[in-house]
Amino acid sequence: MTPPQRQRRDLAPETATPREGDGKPGNPERMYVVAGPDGERAELDLVTLIVARATDPPPSASPEQAALLRLCAAPLSVAELSAYLHLPFSAMGVLLTELLTAELVQARAPIVRKARSDRSLLEAVMNGLQRL
Amino acid sequence: MDFNGSDTIPGPRAEDQLPHTAQAAAKIVIVGGFGVGKTTMVGSVSEITPLTTEETMTQAGIGVDDNFGSASKTATTVAMDFGRISITEQLVLYLFGTPGQQRFWFLWNGLFEGALGAVVLVDTRRLEVSFDVMGRLEERGVPFVVAVNSFPDAPRYAIEELRAALDLTPDIPIMECDARRRASSRDVLMTLMRFLHSLAMTGSRA
Repeated sequence: MTPPQRQRRDLAPETATPREGDGKPGNPERMYVVAGPDGERAELDLVTLIVARATDPPPSASPEQAALLRLCAAPLSVAELSAYLHLPFSAMGVLLTELLTAELVQARAPIVRKARSDRSLLEAVMNGLQRL
Repeated sequence: MDFNGSDTIPGPRAEDQLPHTAQAAAKIVIVGGFGVGKTTMVGSVSEITPLTTEETMTQAGIGVDDNFGSASKTATTVAMDFGRISITEQLVLYLFGTPGQQRFWFLWNGLFEGALGAVVLVDTRRLEVSFDVMGRLEERGVPFVVAVNSFPDAPRYAIEELRAALDLTPDIPIMECDARRRASSRDVLMTLMRFLHSLAMTGSRA
């Protein structure tokens, strides 16, 4: 028996995906930005780590904010916060932008794939996986 | 949801909390068709019980403000299961099991852009469901390896036969695995890391 054969797709115009930030409605959830490690603006990612700056939420915090602050007493990714709070990722953006602006939480920027991969990072991951 | 009882929102168990030293996280995506074993693979290597995050979008797909008071619009919800592996005290790896459909990619565009790489999990009984997703990864320059989840009643093909059918170049690793087994799923991730490392050495591909 022969497996089905994949046909490579032509790069037809309709397969071209809208680029981020070109004003098209292609990426409605990626409108939130946080400051990256060097002060540049970085998008809030699913694996941006969020840490509360203080253990007790201020009295002014909304119930949603208070719940989030309690969750991230220790670092927690945006994806985990979204899962525990049962909020979609885009709603997390709104909530976290408020908390970042109020300096109630700190965001630790994710490691993203670069044109030239960081070999020492990959080696660290391999060492970590070997211990699994 | 009702946040008035926010004291009772279940958070991570004490043993699931990351140390304060955790500085940054990276992610890997595991893509494949429905029922191919993505969540099984995530669960077999994850240190936490897999969690689910979701994203919603109206059919119109534009600003959030439009959603209020317009019950006629259909909301699309896409859920994604994910797990976590602590690599060092500073570094955390997240694994996202993601469906391969077009609408999903539209919604989670950034997920793939930033991922270190991807595992395309395939089931030889439905090989064709993975064709589209491989095309999209290639178009976006996301490096990937192919893992064949060996279901007992699935047809078995030689790796080179699969490579020809999937139209993949010789450098792209293809391997069999059993997504239920931690060691096997870990080997898949190791293969991906070695592949990414070799790309970094040769400087080829973005």
